[in-house]
Amino acid sequence: MSSLQLTEVSASPWGKPLLSDITFDVPAGSVLGIVGPNGAGKTSLLRLIAGDFSVNKGTIRTLDTPSADMSPGTLARQLAYLPQFSLLSFPYTVEEVVMLGRTPHDTGQEEDQQIVEAVLAKVDIAALRERLYTQLSGGEKQRVQLARVLTQIWDEHSMEHKLLLLDEPTTALDMAHQQQLLDIIRELKQRLCTVLVVIHDFNVLASIADQVVVLDKGKQVARGKPLDIYTPDLFAELFDTQVLINTHPTRGYPLVIPR
Amino acid sequence: MITNYRPGGSRASKARLLIAILAAVLPLALVIGLVNGAAQLGVTESLQALWHLFSNNAGGQAEIIIGKIRLPRVLLAAVMGANLAICGAAMQGLFRNPLADPSLIGVTAGASLGGALAIASGGTLLEGYLGLTLISTGAFLGGVLAVLFVYRLATTPNGTSVATMLLAGIAITALAGALSSLLEFFVDNAMLRRISLWKMGGLDGASYPRLLLGSGVSLALVVALPRYANALNALLLGESEARHLGIDIPHIKQALVVWVAVGVGTSVALVGSIAFVGLVVPHLVRLLIGPNHRYLLPASALAGAILLVAADTLARVALSPTELPVGIITAIVGVPFFVSLLRQRHHYGMQS
Repeated sequence: MSSLQLTEVSASPWGKPLLSDITFDVPAGSVLGIVGPNGAGKTSLLRLIAGDFSVNKGTIRTLDTPSADMSPGTLARQLAYLPQFSLLSFPYTVEEVVMLGRTPHDTGQEEDQQIVEAVLAKVDIAALRERLYTQLSGGEKQRVQLARVLTQIWDEHSMEHKLLLLDEPTTALDMAHQQQLLDIIRELKQRLCTVLVVIHDFNVLASIADQVVVLDKGKQVARGKPLDIYTPDLFAELFDTQVLINTHPTRGYPLVIPR
Repeated sequence: MITNYRPGGSRASKARLLIAILAAVLPLALVIGLVNGAAQLGVTESLQALWHLFSNNAGGQAEIIIGKIRLPRVLLAAVMGANLAICGAAMQGLFRNPLADPSLIGVTAGASLGGALAIASGGTLLEGYLGLTLISTGAFLGGVLAVLFVYRLATTPNGTSVATMLLAGIAITALAGALSSLLEFFVDNAMLRRISLWKMGGLDGASYPRLLLGSGVSLALVVALPRYANALNALLLGESEARHLGIDIPHIKQALVVWVAVGVGTSVALVGSIAFVGLVVPHLVRLLIGPNHRYLLPASALAGAILLVAADTLARVALSPTELPVGIITAIVGVPFFVSLLRQRHHYGMQS
């Protein structure tokens, strides 16, 4: 079953075309990476999938249902979106922010609390629980927001019908927490959650992505496995940078090294 | 298995405690408001008179003072204080701005203009109940129309921008203020004093019909607004984050704007514009228990009721037997307090 399917999708929310002719298919339990130069439309693509604006042409099917037919509540119970920046400036505690992830669900308070505890432990922020969000560092805030979106779609049994969209989730994180995030993504994948991730680091991406979509100026210019699409030509064309493509000595995925 | 299960975290129990304390203080404030005033009545005498009123044994002077003047007045102060504070809390959540005030969306200025228009055009009709009703209706309509106008200005096919609403609110407030001034420029001196006294706000016109209307609207707000608590909590994350949590943003905005317009419009219509209650009370409550609207909304309503009863009592006894308009007291007490809050913002994690 495909978890997310875009067919010739175009969108021009403010009149001029923002995204055009995007087509891909993400099976449940796989990771799709979205890459491209700044301004290529990566965030716009995630926001389009999250329902922030409507499609002008083509269709988006989330869990075999056209997204246009889904109510915001139904979509929110299955799809969570971690934005690049957070605007939150009110002094919630960390635990309160994470609990907000349960907003779309009408599960009881006890179950919500159990999920919050599981996620706080998973993201390793249980010690921050009583701290005020506004007083955290950038990296800590990012981890709290990650915990919030995980709480939104967390399911102890199976996450086969859940989608997670991550917009540059590693940017503010130190190396240890980057690795922790990648481990979480791998675990989600094992539990059949579908993950879409925008990351600028091609090597990090190659270590987790089953499939990569390359965007440039709102258009899809390449799609495939990292091993197949990472070519010196692609990097010359997109970033005007000369690179060597090597192979990771133990894991076998491609490594991109600037010349 | 969770060993330390605490529903809602430690802040929740603190919030419930605060609500319990406020609920206990409110009757106390009402009694203090009832026993203090221009006429010297002792505590026992006042409470006896109150008891006589309820047991239908009215007749003495104390019963008349308590029953006809002070009781409707302190109760009206309580319901209007609750009304303003809960509307302020909802507005600050909707605008994601702890410094937002219900008057920001034009409702206060619009209501003032509506009331002034009613006074200026009312002429001889202005005596007695009919006059009060006419002025109140004008103020209410003025407030609601101003908000609808602001809302329409900020709405495009892409949705309603709260930032534009804020700016449009400032513009409409300035326009309504200018039109009020124009009106005041052309009316005669007696009318001018009447308009400016009405604008200062006050609870001296309290009566049972006004209390009934005020209580009805405040009760509706206190019941309706907490239903949006989850949506407001999610909105603080940002508008698109709230949408990704399944909140129907256009519906929530529209509903909150309508409730606040009705709430604040009613309060200006009944007691004039009363500054700072809607701004300071939710701010103070948030300082104590955090921004969770499940507790912030009811606690603000209770604290607003207590504050306005206390301010009105002060307004009556400060220069007794002269009664000051309560709006002057809330501003004189509210401004220094608010300024001190502003200067301490970093202490409770608000970004500058």
